[in-house]
Amino acid sequence: MKYLKAVTISCLFVLTSLSFAMGIEDDPILTKVMGEIELRSTDGANPRAWDIEAWMGQDLNKFWVKTRGEKVAGKTEKSELQLLYSKAITPFWDLQFGVKEDLQPKPKRNWGVIAAKGLAPYLLEVDASLFVGESGRLGVRLDAEYEYMFSQKLILSPEVEINAFSKDDELTGTGKGLSSVEAGLRLRYEVTREFAPYIGINWEKKYGNTANFSIAEGEDIEDAQIVVGMRFWF
Amino acid sequence: MNNKTLSRRQFVTGVTIGAAALAINPSILFAGMRNNITTLTGNTFNLSIGEQSVNFTGTMRSATTVNNSLPAPLLRFKEGEMITLNVTNHLKENTSIHWHGLILPSEMDGVPDISNDFHGIEPGETFTYRFKAKQSGTYWYHSHSGFQEQTGLYGPIVIDPAGKDPITYDKDYIVMLSDWTDENPVDVYHKLKKLSHYYNFNERTHTDLMDDIEKNGLENTWSDRKMWNQMRMSQRDLSDVTGYTYTYLINGVTPDKGWVGLFEKGDKVRVRFINGSAMTFFDVRIPGLKMTVVAADGQNIEPVSVDEFRIGVAETYDVIVEPKDDRAYTIFAQDISRSGYARGTLTPDTSVLGEVPELDKASSLTHSDMGMNMSNMAGMDHSKMNHGSMNMKQTTMSGMDHSKMGHSSMGKQKSMADMDHSKMNMGDNKEMSTMGSMLTHADTEFGPHIDMRSVDPQYRLDDPGVGLRDNGRKVLTYADLRSLHMTHNYPDPDREIQLHLTGNMSRYMWSINGVKFADAEPLQFKFGEVVRITFVNDTMMNHPMHLHGMWSDLETGDNMYIPRKHTVIVQPGAKISYRVKVDAKGSWTYHCHLLYHMLGMFRRVDVV
Repeated sequence: MKYLKAVTISCLFVLTSLSFAMGIEDDPILTKVMGEIELRSTDGANPRAWDIEAWMGQDLNKFWVKTRGEKVAGKTEKSELQLLYSKAITPFWDLQFGVKEDLQPKPKRNWGVIAAKGLAPYLLEVDASLFVGESGRLGVRLDAEYEYMFSQKLILSPEVEINAFSKDDELTGTGKGLSSVEAGLRLRYEVTREFAPYIGINWEKKYGNTANFSIAEGEDIEDAQIVVGMRFWF
Repeated sequence: MNNKTLSRRQFVTGVTIGAAALAINPSILFAGMRNNITTLTGNTFNLSIGEQSVNFTGTMRSATTVNNSLPAPLLRFKEGEMITLNVTNHLKENTSIHWHGLILPSEMDGVPDISNDFHGIEPGETFTYRFKAKQSGTYWYHSHSGFQEQTGLYGPIVIDPAGKDPITYDKDYIVMLSDWTDENPVDVYHKLKKLSHYYNFNERTHTDLMDDIEKNGLENTWSDRKMWNQMRMSQRDLSDVTGYTYTYLINGVTPDKGWVGLFEKGDKVRVRFINGSAMTFFDVRIPGLKMTVVAADGQNIEPVSVDEFRIGVAETYDVIVEPKDDRAYTIFAQDISRSGYARGTLTPDTSVLGEVPELDKASSLTHSDMGMNMSNMAGMDHSKMNHGSMNMKQTTMSGMDHSKMGHSSMGKQKSMADMDHSKMNMGDNKEMSTMGSMLTHADTEFGPHIDMRSVDPQYRLDDPGVGLRDNGRKVLTYADLRSLHMTHNYPDPDREIQLHLTGNMSRYMWSINGVKFADAEPLQFKFGEVVRITFVNDTMMNHPMHLHGMWSDLETGDNMYIPRKHTVIVQPGAKISYRVKVDAKGSWTYHCHLLYHMLGMFRRVDVV
């Protein structure tokens, strides 16, 4: 993970400086890094979660990096990294394909990814992914977010994420069928366009065998948390 | 960008600089310290382009200037004279000067790598422009290299007529409007690419929604919001770059005190407005005074008395005002998105300034700004108007009244043959019969780079535009423009070229007919022909379209008095047409004059 992080960051750095050197072009190579880092308040040690995405490329063709995960008491409990090629296919939608690696929990799992990312009617930001794993395991994830503007800078964003899998994977604790649903509500204040602290709530529930695996491990299958974090891009 | 700590108020008004700072570096241009533009008169000019420190916001920045002046000096010459301009480049990068609106040989037009035998002026080099002043009036000049226009390289030109000026006046002032940013323009462009609404702090919010529900009821509000939300377009997308970063200037003076022009009671004052902005449309008025518009884009028109006019980027308007009282009058130029203003004062006494009006409330775009004809919208299912994925390739007649057609035939070419022409609604456009043309969206207009296609764009010459409709003031429209001289011998166009202005706002891509400049073939005009250009705006933005080297003779419906322009605003979702007498050989430039649209929404024109 450390190694990947270092590679990603140095890649982005080099490409950022490249894009500045390119000067004035209609369709320059640009880089954008955007993310949310938050502290979740729950029983016991408070988890820290990150959800960071970055792209590098031109108007219609980009490389994407997506990473997300959760650290509890200094230990990474969940983490994944996706490397994708992204091609704009309609005015508001990009088709993305590439690879995903689940780094935590162990053992590592590798997936191929096909995703549709874009803005659906009614201004829903959607990231819908199909994951094709080893031994024919399939996974799907739907992530949707909406922004409701109380003012130009105070923005409420409800968000929902649904995960499902075609086969059990006991070692990683993921079960067949609907696996988990996560819903969040975050209220952010954009101090600048690029930087916005937020507070919110995050609710998560595990279903089916995923829930059974968790119960066997003595873990909760449902959790509601108050979150505090910051949203940024550059 | 370290101006985050400044309040927006400071942005809008600029900051007055203390004398202490002046003592440290006397070469710096300070906002508000100078008033009138340097004037150079004659037929030979030496212009030196260099870098200059400026301070408009409280922060020192580097500007691109001519003879250490921002705006560049006023060049004043006489119609009919041979003009020589020696332009020396003291920058570290290439530069150029384009003489906006002047009719001159391609070699002297100043667009690097397009104007014949011109590849820009290299650092340390002097390029000599020589051309005859064939016309008179108010024009301007600016860099055609990189984003130098944003950083200060623009200045006014006045060409005095060889004969008697039909316009009489006692005082003659330039009001050059511009937009200054402390940001590097490359950063501005890149921010727009990464987040297209970066500078838009005028989006609809909770309050607007509640107001709408209160006023129109839940059901109507829902159906109205439904359409916009399904299209994924912002109804408040009026200007890409706003007062969030811009300080609006008149003659290089920030609005905290503003530029000042003196008059004596009873004077006829000629004010030559020039919009030298990179991105900003201004709505201009002088509360308490009627303005008589006497020239548009340097060309005399039949005088029109108005309270207000919208000036697009690169346009010019000359007005006459006759202050009858011994009081100060504020020249108030608010930007189209109402995020700030430029301010000047006409006053009998420099110590007396006028009141500054409040900014108007920002308006929202309407159906017609999206290329729909409201007269046939009744009962139409808005959910079908999903522009993003609409694959209907529409072919309709311009000027046709769809309400007589039934919607089922929309989008089918076959309906053309059966159409009863007697049902065509020609409106009040007298010459429409010569203007009817097919509306076709090219195959290149379909794809991820295009987010909208106008379904039924209208000629909207008498539409003052978003934000100025029904505001209680008499606002100038293109329908008011009538050439001062008769144009009855104007030959009919030999052919028509339809150009669609296209883009994808959220991806911040701009193009013509869906093809960006980098991928486009040059347009071919035949020397000696008369071409009708019809623009269809398939975006929700105003685009000021500028053709170099030849006039754009606006078809207002009255062929006896066709006004000439060099820059023509194509309103959102509208169409407009003009004639071009192709009388200038060589290669020319044709583009949207919004600086951050221009890289894509650009064509080269070859006259052969």
